[in-house]
Amino acid sequence: MKYLALVYYDEKLMETKSQEEWDTLNQECIACVEDLNRSGHYITGSPLLPTSSATTVRVRDSRVTVTDGPFAETKEQLAGFYMLEAKDLNQAISLAGKIPPARYGSVEVRPARELMATGNEAGGNAG
Amino acid sequence: MNLAHQARLDQLYQTESRRVLATLIRLLGDFDLAEEAMHEAFAAALTQWPVDGIPDNPCAWLVSAGRFKAIDQLRRKARFDVSYEDVAERLQTELTAEEPEALGIEDDRLRLIFTCCHPSLAREAQLALTLREVCGLTTEEIARAFLTSTPTLAQRIVRAKAKIRDANIPYEIPDLNQLPERLESVLQVIYLIFNEGYSASAGDSLIRQDLTAEGIRLGRLLCELLPEPEAVGLLALLLLQDARRAARVSADGDLILLEQQDRSLWDRHQINEGCNLVLGALASRRFGVYTLQAAIAAVHAEAASMEATDWPQIVGLYDALLALAPSPVIELNRAVAVAMRDGPEAGLPLIDALLDRGVLTEYHLAHAARADLYRRLGQKDAARAAYRRALELAQQGPEQRFLARRLAEMGAS
Repeated sequence: MKYLALVYYDEKLMETKSQEEWDTLNQECIACVEDLNRSGHYITGSPLLPTSSATTVRVRDSRVTVTDGPFAETKEQLAGFYMLEAKDLNQAISLAGKIPPARYGSVEVRPARELMATGNEAGGNAG
Repeated sequence: MNLAHQARLDQLYQTESRRVLATLIRLLGDFDLAEEAMHEAFAAALTQWPVDGIPDNPCAWLVSAGRFKAIDQLRRKARFDVSYEDVAERLQTELTAEEPEALGIEDDRLRLIFTCCHPSLAREAQLALTLREVCGLTTEEIARAFLTSTPTLAQRIVRAKAKIRDANIPYEIPDLNQLPERLESVLQVIYLIFNEGYSASAGDSLIRQDLTAEGIRLGRLLCELLPEPEAVGLLALLLLQDARRAARVSADGDLILLEQQDRSLWDRHQINEGCNLVLGALASRRFGVYTLQAAIAAVHAEAASMEATDWPQIVGLYDALLALAPSPVIELNRAVAVAMRDGPEAGLPLIDALLDRGVLTEYHLAHAARADLYRRLGQKDAARAAYRRALELAQQGPEQRFLARRLAEMGAS
């Protein structure tokens, strides 16, 4: 079963890190991806540039509107994601607990669903 | 069906239905299907046992019958939706492969507890689901206990089951590295269920006995299935608190403080059981906050009066508790114990320091404790002001009545 691990942290807090601290954290992330790959749990993933580089796109009445930044002001911002393969939620939780920035922010674990031609469960989960 | 069969079956339903359900959930992988199958199995027993006699192992018979019923159910559904055919097929194969006697029925009950208390479920969903699935309370009973409407509660349970299915929360006993955190969640659920009954957070009745009894029953079940020191400590805490129930509320439903309680009304049998459990948990040296709270309750329970209470030991236990889990409420309780050990003038500055830090300023018991210390020092004006503040903040009828009575005893300002 596929789970998406969304990594959030407070960008302002992370900006206060020194070059060395930041590099160390990134090296830990590289090692984490290697471990996940080796154990067959890693599907894909990527760190993201800060929200200052984000653009929000909406389509209303067939017209595309573009605004800057993420759509909501929150204390923690999306910083990256891992698509994981896990047998169940407990395994996904224990994999997510190994993602290094979880120490500073949080990791939201969400089961992925299949996109089907018909028979999709209605009610807010339409990707 | 003769009366003896009926009575035996009723009794089996009482004692075994949750066991049967727990195993069926594991075998069928679906809460609702398992519940339906469990009821059909009991219905089948009602007609078959009078003819064939009661089986040697009724529990295994019911599980096996439930599984057949579920396969029938899935086959009926498969007529409309072929995807059920695979599930029915798989169950059929497993059915012939596994001997019912080999089922780990006790482990299934523990699995069920851990699944219902999974930390990825909202706290109120954990409580509702545990009472529904593990304790077998009806949705109506749970709604009444939590002063919620039945549809709201039913929806909470439906959503929790949907999350278990969608996020694939496994039906398993957590492995050793996840066990401490997951056990913590189970202990909290049991404690909250008990506490919701013991000090009902709103409303006019101080104790809702149905919930305290369910809390203790769950505590016992957990200790039986997983005798971890903190599980034992929690059960001890519940027993010791509940032992004082009869003395805690007056005939008209008013709160009686520890100080004024008639200690002859305390349940000695339950106190003895609680004290023995505390000793066992403490001896393990792997105890935590529940065991320490139980130890405090045990010191109170063994004292003949407030004056005869071993206050130095209580202060020491609060110190240990604060070291494990710092909390303003525990600091407040410690301040009250210090006041008992060294006099009100020693406790007051500790409470004032707490309030000065801006914590507990909205907590009625902080003001009530402060009022009480001023009362004991004979400083009526200060006592009155603090009682008034406490009264403004109190939520429950009995507590409000108690504070109003105390305020009246202080006389007019």
